[in-house]
Amino acid sequence: MKIQINNGRIIDPANNIDRIGSVYIADGNIVSVSDEPVDFKPDNIINAENQIVCPGFIDLSTRLRDMGHSRKATFYSEVRAAASAGVTTLCLQPDTVPVIDTAAVVELVKELAEKAGYPQIYAIGALTQKLEGTELSSMLSLKQAGCIAVGNANRPVKNLLILRRAMEYAASHDVLLMFRPNDFWLGNNGCAHEGVISTRYGLPSIPEAAETIALAQCLELAELTGCRVHFGQLSCKRSVIKIHQAKKYGLKVSADVAIHQLHLTENDMTPFDSAYHVLPPLRTEADKQYLRQGLIGRTINSICSDHQPHDLDAKLGAFPETEPGISSLETLLPLMLKLVAEQAITLKQGIACLSANPARVLRLNSGALTPGFSADVCVFDPELDWQVNSENWKSQGVNTPFWGQTLKGRVTCTLQAGKIIYRA
Amino acid sequence: MSDNLQLNAEGKLKHFLTIDGLSRELLTEILDTAESFAGVSEHQVKKVPLLRGKTIVNLFFENSTRTRTTFELAATRLSADVINMNIATSATSKGESLLDTIRNLESMFVDMFVVRHALSGAAHFIAQQTAPHISVINAGDGQHAHPTQAMLDMFTIRQLKPDFANLRVAIIGDILHSRVARSEIQALNTLGAAEVRVIAPKTLLPAHVQSLGVTVSHNLTEGLKDIDVVMMLRLQKERMSSALLPSESEYFKCFGLTEEKLKVAKPDAIVMHPGPINRGVEIESKVADGSQSVILKQVSNGIAVRMAVMAMAMQAAPAPGRSGGIHTIPGDKGVA
Repeated sequence: MKIQINNGRIIDPANNIDRIGSVYIADGNIVSVSDEPVDFKPDNIINAENQIVCPGFIDLSTRLRDMGHSRKATFYSEVRAAASAGVTTLCLQPDTVPVIDTAAVVELVKELAEKAGYPQIYAIGALTQKLEGTELSSMLSLKQAGCIAVGNANRPVKNLLILRRAMEYAASHDVLLMFRPNDFWLGNNGCAHEGVISTRYGLPSIPEAAETIALAQCLELAELTGCRVHFGQLSCKRSVIKIHQAKKYGLKVSADVAIHQLHLTENDMTPFDSAYHVLPPLRTEADKQYLRQGLIGRTINSICSDHQPHDLDAKLGAFPETEPGISSLETLLPLMLKLVAEQAITLKQGIACLSANPARVLRLNSGALTPGFSADVCVFDPELDWQVNSENWKSQGVNTPFWGQTLKGRVTCTLQAGKIIYRA
Repeated sequence: MSDNLQLNAEGKLKHFLTIDGLSRELLTEILDTAESFAGVSEHQVKKVPLLRGKTIVNLFFENSTRTRTTFELAATRLSADVINMNIATSATSKGESLLDTIRNLESMFVDMFVVRHALSGAAHFIAQQTAPHISVINAGDGQHAHPTQAMLDMFTIRQLKPDFANLRVAIIGDILHSRVARSEIQALNTLGAAEVRVIAPKTLLPAHVQSLGVTVSHNLTEGLKDIDVVMMLRLQKERMSSALLPSESEYFKCFGLTEEKLKVAKPDAIVMHPGPINRGVEIESKVADGSQSVILKQVSNGIAVRMAVMAMAMQAAPAPGRSGGIHTIPGDKGVA
């Protein structure tokens, strides 16, 4: 199978390419992004005129539900959402049912992914057995079965000694730890940022310190143990400062931010609207600005969707009892483009944060249009307006605060390993 | 969702969920209406026929004696039929969701819900979900709001000290967990009080308490200086077990209101408490029962204020449609 993507603006940050041209794909791999290969007879030509052609997006934190929660969403429904959003690689958080803490469950994930026609779902293995935070998981077996990293999802590790040992063990097998910093006790079952809004509406609140203290502890342990750590879904200013300092002193750590944290703050939260119930909570304007700064200075190198689809029931109730999370795969690209439109980052940076940089975090040979690489490609129209409504939405979870809004930028074609998995 | 959810198209009070976002005129209208009902309880026949034929459900997901009783009396005096539901011991303990409980009651052709719930935002949620002809009165939701308590306190204050512009009010105790405090602060600021001061240890204050429009003191003796109205809050016993306070006795020593400490306030200061009071924990019996205490007056005023709010809300609600209560979730695939 040979595919030619014609006359698009090719943006490939890893190879420092930004020019009009064509991409040539054969047998699932990129063949060339410049000269036409000799005797190239495409089976399929995709016209990308006035569109952008870039590496397929790599999402560092996703929940697809299914396994235990199929009434919320399934692999089938969510990979279609991912494909339509230009996302070609997904990292699945381990808090499925059953938890991803054995090789058998990793195999099950792979099987479900194959069945859904979207093989590039990488499981993040549990750091501790059943994510209970007390006993180490079999990280080597998990790695050998195909886990891309380990993590404890949003569950607490019982104490720092266990975290230290888990990190030492992960380091021994060169396993990446994906860590969402949150001190369970300081979080105190909160559902909103500890600030003006939680004060006004009497909502149980989560201070920034719940994140920054857990982050500081993990940074110290990263230094002590030599474990590779990627910090996920940062939400506040002081976290950005801490990561920046750690990197300055040579610590090999990286970080991402969920796309909605770059756009929404506690002030956007209309009173008790559960669509805005998300963890970590939406924080202040200053936090948002610092997170954006973090992207520019590369303290934060990736943007993730932190996709968490829910059924309607999960969001119907008094705010504190509703389930946190936003269905966010399909708004990932338009919200990244909004950052570009607001001149917070350049288009090249934005694409890098969704492709080349997460690939580097995961040590994957993807996230770039390098000849020989698997052909994961996203073609999108940056000017196309579309409304977030049931007609356009693919995810089974409609829990998004952007529902009803008109956003700019839409994927027209997605290729995964040279196979067209989405075409508008 | 906005706080305008409380008002109908003409700007009249349809639901009473929070003081937040309501105008001074509207709060004054509530107080004036309550004034007109204040005499009813003293008549031989303690009833007016305003809500005859209306069904009001007291929906209490949390236990309460005083609030529920005064709501019930208020409804009865307006000639409504009242049903008391103590959900704390009923449906939801069998796993029924809040929404299902509401849908079931709607199907019984009710006209008004008076709701108390342990979670902030519960009354907003019910008002948003319920059929258009049903009014919702918040009788306390989590740590968010208790607007009728605030209004009955404003009513009591206005009877004794009508000039809000010269009023300095101190609220003492567990502000962090108090829906009463939040509503009192908003009501006092809306009515133009000169100063609202909160007095508590840091563990019992929200992190951004100043943003509510208050001054802060951590010392009762200093904090009571120049105060016209002393509002005490109930201290829940569980604050000790959750490490917010060391002991009842130490709390009483620092923040308990005694005759001695009350002397720092203005000589004609009044002492209020939303009840139920913990004698010897936040307030000394001599003060609670003393000449400056208006605690029992607050209770009797509760009836008139709740009558006023119920009557106003019922007048602002549209007539019920053919289907009575049942309706579907708005939006297409969902408003989520």
